[in-house]
Amino acid sequence: VIAADVERLLIQFQDEEGEVLGSPFDVPLDITPDKLQLVCNALLQKEEPVPLAFFVRGEAEVVSSLGSCVKALGVETEQVLPVVYQPQAVFRVRAVARCTSTLQGHTEAVISTAFSPTGKYLASGSGDTTVRFWDLMTETPHHTARGHTHWVLSIAWSPDGKKLASGCKNSQDGSIRVWDTVLGRCEKILTGHTQSVTCVKWGGDGLLYTSSQDRTVKVWRAKDGVQCRTLQGHAHWVNTLALSTDYVLRTGAFEPATATINPQDLTGSLEELKNQALQRYNKVRGSAPERLVSGSDDFTLFLWNPAEDKKPLARMTGHSALVNEVLFSPDTRLLASASFDKSIKIWDGRTGKYLMSLRGHVASVYQVAWSADSRLLVSGSSDSTLKVWDIKTGKLNMDLPGHADEVYAVDWSPDGQRVASGGKDKCLRIWRR
Amino acid sequence: MPQNEHIELHRKRHGQRLDHHERKRKKESREVHERSHKAKKLIGLKAKLYHKQRHAEKIQMKKTLKMHEQRKTKQKNDDKTPEGAVPAYLLDREGQSRAKVLSNMIKQKRKEKAGKWEVPLPKVRAQGETEVLKVIKTGKRQKKAWKRMVTKVCFVGDGFTRKPPKYERFIRPMGLRFKKAHVTHPELKATFCLPILGVKKNPSSPLYTSLGVITKGTVVEVNVSELGLVTQGGKVIWGKYAQVTNNPENDGCINATVPGYPEFTRNVLTTTKNTKIQHAVGFQSQDHQEDR
Repeated sequence: VIAADVERLLIQFQDEEGEVLGSPFDVPLDITPDKLQLVCNALLQKEEPVPLAFFVRGEAEVVSSLGSCVKALGVETEQVLPVVYQPQAVFRVRAVARCTSTLQGHTEAVISTAFSPTGKYLASGSGDTTVRFWDLMTETPHHTARGHTHWVLSIAWSPDGKKLASGCKNSQDGSIRVWDTVLGRCEKILTGHTQSVTCVKWGGDGLLYTSSQDRTVKVWRAKDGVQCRTLQGHAHWVNTLALSTDYVLRTGAFEPATATINPQDLTGSLEELKNQALQRYNKVRGSAPERLVSGSDDFTLFLWNPAEDKKPLARMTGHSALVNEVLFSPDTRLLASASFDKSIKIWDGRTGKYLMSLRGHVASVYQVAWSADSRLLVSGSSDSTLKVWDIKTGKLNMDLPGHADEVYAVDWSPDGQRVASGGKDKCLRIWRR
Repeated sequence: MPQNEHIELHRKRHGQRLDHHERKRKKESREVHERSHKAKKLIGLKAKLYHKQRHAEKIQMKKTLKMHEQRKTKQKNDDKTPEGAVPAYLLDREGQSRAKVLSNMIKQKRKEKAGKWEVPLPKVRAQGETEVLKVIKTGKRQKKAWKRMVTKVCFVGDGFTRKPPKYERFIRPMGLRFKKAHVTHPELKATFCLPILGVKKNPSSPLYTSLGVITKGTVVEVNVSELGLVTQGGKVIWGKYAQVTNNPENDGCINATVPGYPEFTRNVLTTTKNTKIQHAVGFQSQDHQEDR
């Protein structure tokens, strides 16, 4: 019970992993997050003030004033209250609002799109078996890569932006091949799945994660291809995987905060780039090992700690149709799951707790993409629209109609300037502020 | 040409010649030679006819042989990639949700040029008053005949309340009131059961339109929000016009079709000429849209 005239409260700043910052001190109850930010920044003693978000008891965010939050929770004012601070991204990505160009050229539906790690190049794979590269400055076609014999289902850039890997459809046989990109040959073949493999992810700790239609997720050691663990628990096909360090592994040595208007190539020797990438990786990863999320046709998601445990950390239910894609936010705090039940659900990235639902689409949501500062989310759906959502408020920020048919692939460039979307109408659309 | 079965009867009773099978075999093998002899020696019209027939036979034979050969060998798939490219997450799924999403790829004329829809049934038989309305006699001596009862299916809205029975001239029986229609989309060949929003136009008479009478050829407005249609401008479509294609009073249900996205034509809905009822001039089609 809080007495009505209590004005001050003892709080102790803690960071996300529980380490305390400074000593407990007195603050008035009506202190706002801005002032808390000033105080915390002073304690952190950084050169530039970092925007911070504050959470009481790990869940309730301090939005208007500490007092309202405390009242809502009913916390005792006698004891020291731990307040967790979370640094947010220093830069702010603006929501995209207009379609600046429609890139035509593919003769069949566009199935996959990917920006290079610095956001300088754009590649798209399509059902006409070609991979096309687009010049973003002029928004025109740059190059067409031919060679595949069937639909190009997935493309991925190497973190240094020099190579692109693309995969095409063939008979699904349940084996995974590890290729040497320099020599161009297959190094290892990993077998173990009994049905076709739906998703493969390279982890940062020397592990490889694969999911398959046989309802399991397998963990392999990347060095020798030995299977470490099988994660079981799903009741139907496992459609998608997401690693907490996905975004930082994708961008490599490129730091979105240093992005400029004209995206540049990464400069520096391989060693330097590797070091930078390693530093960024360690910073995002923190002290806890990587977390893995798997989304499945049985309408649920599982949160795993694959390096250590065979049992899931949490099971996230709530969707009423199959989960098509899961994605960690770049700062690994949030998790977005897109499902065929026309909604996107946001979950806590650490514990798997449900946070909010984003509703607005009128047909299945196919893909989502986070902005580099983790504040915005863009989703592409079967109803031919894209929607930009503001995560802080949980509301629709921007509605982007314009595609003539279903939107199959969405990507947000790591420098935050552009969103590319491709769909069944064979066009690739670029959206900017 | 044996007219009766005496040949078969004899065979059944007495069996066949002892060398029957041998002779049959030899005759068949001679047939090939005889055929070729005939083909070489025939002249004139008979030859033409024979060669034409033989040519057709040979083509058929070659085709069947080729088919047999293909069946035996395993062919590599065609070079041409199949249509219907689909991303990885949709690979093993049938497009079961596709039936609900109408294709927006079909080109639409721009809505600025207010076009007139082309209706699936342009001409319908007009229904006279004696057919649609039945005279109800009232009064102490059952002589007053000013009330009418509708004998066809009708639609009344949600907030419909009858007028006081003493004053209501048109009776719409509850058993003939319908709220839903089975709407077929001709391109997708899928049928949905959608709630009716209102009767837009009954071609027989404006009186029937105002009463909400639904007969064959009536244009009704249906609620399509559950289909999740979106215009290219991003607005969600929640209402569409559909034309009734059956006689609902005979079938007990209302079947309707949605006109596709056609070229807009001038005149829309007329009744057949042998009644005095007027043309129904085309109306503007505007799908009700809500801004999101």
